[in-house]
Amino acid sequence: MGNWSRFNIASIVLGFGFLYLPIVLLVIFSFNESKLVTVWAGFSTKWYAQLWHNQALLDAAWVTIRVALISATCATVLGTLAALALVRYTRFRGRMLFSGMVYAPLVMPEVITGLSLLLLFVAIGLDRGFWTITLAHITFTMCFVAVVVQSRLLSFDQSIEEAALDLGATPVRTFFAITLPVIAPAVFSGWVLAFTLSLDDLVISSFTTGPGATTLPMKIYSQVRLGVTPEINAICTILIGIVAIGVIVASVVTKQREAQRERDERAAFAQ
Amino acid sequence: MKSLGSIRRSFAPWADPASKPFISVKNVTKKFGDFTAVDDLSLNIYTREFFALLGASGCGKSTLLRMLAGFEQPTSGEIILDGQSLAGIPPYRRPVNMMFQSYALFPHMTVETNIAFGLKQDGMPKADIAERVGQMLKLVKLEKFAKRKPHQLSGGQRQRVALARSLAKRPKVLLLDEPLGALDKKLREETQFELMDLQQELGLTFVVVTHDQEEAMTMADRIAVMSHGKVVQVATPAEIYEAPNSRFVADFIGDVNIFDGAVSAAENGYLRIETGDGFPIRMASPEKPAVGAKAAVAIRPEKIRVTRQPPAHAPVNAVEGEIWDIGYLGDMTVFHIRLKDGRVVKASSLNAVRAVEDPFGYDQQVWISFGEDAGVVLKD
Repeated sequence: MGNWSRFNIASIVLGFGFLYLPIVLLVIFSFNESKLVTVWAGFSTKWYAQLWHNQALLDAAWVTIRVALISATCATVLGTLAALALVRYTRFRGRMLFSGMVYAPLVMPEVITGLSLLLLFVAIGLDRGFWTITLAHITFTMCFVAVVVQSRLLSFDQSIEEAALDLGATPVRTFFAITLPVIAPAVFSGWVLAFTLSLDDLVISSFTTGPGATTLPMKIYSQVRLGVTPEINAICTILIGIVAIGVIVASVVTKQREAQRERDERAAFAQ
Repeated sequence: MKSLGSIRRSFAPWADPASKPFISVKNVTKKFGDFTAVDDLSLNIYTREFFALLGASGCGKSTLLRMLAGFEQPTSGEIILDGQSLAGIPPYRRPVNMMFQSYALFPHMTVETNIAFGLKQDGMPKADIAERVGQMLKLVKLEKFAKRKPHQLSGGQRQRVALARSLAKRPKVLLLDEPLGALDKKLREETQFELMDLQQELGLTFVVVTHDQEEAMTMADRIAVMSHGKVVQVATPAEIYEAPNSRFVADFIGDVNIFDGAVSAAENGYLRIETGDGFPIRMASPEKPAVGAKAAVAIRPEKIRVTRQPPAHAPVNAVEGEIWDIGYLGDMTVFHIRLKDGRVVKASSLNAVRAVEDPFGYDQQVWISFGEDAGVVLKD
């Protein structure tokens, strides 16, 4: 780290400023005493306290979390299965088309996904609400899980599955005793990705929602249209905090595990 | 002509017409799309045999092994194990186990649980499993490493875990796919002998796939040399080396000089061949080809003598040349000798004494010669 030239410092300041200035502002103003968002009037945590009395906001948060938990879990199961099929059965007819179709939702405009799901739900006469949001979230997060799990499976040594079969484990047992534990970290990060995607989705939720099912992003968006309140800043700060802690913990744990592994390997070969 | 029978070991069930093969591969063909990996192949392997499938990569040896394990199904033909057809039997119901080239250890399990995995699938009682795992750890000298995970082991230790795991179920046949490929040279040589001892001790049938001819020669009772999905020759290492049945085998195993020519006389088990290199060869051969037929004589470098004076039988089986290259390998010295027509013949001599008086030097005129049973007459 020798080269702290002016140019480097400038690039870093610019880059990080561009990324984080808005978020920093939001966090700072969530601790603002004043009700006016743009005028600083001293430090206070009262907006956080007030959150606990905003039943509508709490309800929306609860709906969001339930949707995210259920949809992430279902999407993880489906996405993992899709990834397995795509990686393992390399010789079936139309595989290219199939894999292309699994990944299409990644680049599909959300508005279109939302609209088509809405049309489907209307067509089959499904009452819109909590479950339609959940179904929609499963649909659009599944392909993200599939991508994450597939990239892990590509580097997966298939001979360990063959070894399990060879030692007498049936294909089902092999999957649960060998494959799943080995790809678990990828499946878990797929789940986390699906969970966060579901947590902050606004567009698809808006299309597929019905009476009585409002998610937090929808609630925040509708409130912001009436004007930004410090309360919104507070809840956003909490969300940022949760996501940041999750990301930090995940990366620290991964790093430590890798470092431990490297030490073990070095120790093993030094013998 | 001396019989090669004298150099066979006493264990030779394949030579006994009364013994029944333990594994019988019958006219097996395996196709992947348009590519034929194994082509109408038949083989017999006997109980307690250490059998090697030897060939360059892509010759179909691994595919054959995978068909024995059940990971691939033959396109046609049949494999019979201990009197039972293996057709349609999935890998997890076959009484064979395999040791994988990559070892395929379960990364999330300890050495112990890796070895116990197969036993658990059989529903063996816990106490018995623990006992068997203990035996296996002792067998491969890894008692101290029972609680380690695979990534905490060195390459040699991983190899031994893989071996212990594949032996834990006491399979009727152990399949080994390039078992020593990932080890360094010293360790590989040690492990070759360990594997042989183990196979003797346990009385198992081993089928090993390898591309390393030295490894196959060291370990195996018999070797099947494969090329393009077919078996070219199945024989003991000594027979493969001393009596190759084709130019391919002669060339594939070890170093060889091949002299091409035509038969000019055939009498009492000897052929006279006029070579294209300007000297006649008299060589023992059980075959009796017609006079004028094309023939080639394969002679190993260590069976060629290098002398300053012409031998008494010159010019038969002897020719003059010039020392072109000298390679000193420690245990032996390899000479490249250039004949008058420009062809280079390889000869090697054992360095049985530490210092030779008046050694051969570069550009020296010498005679190379060989005995009347030093080589093999090849038909193709």
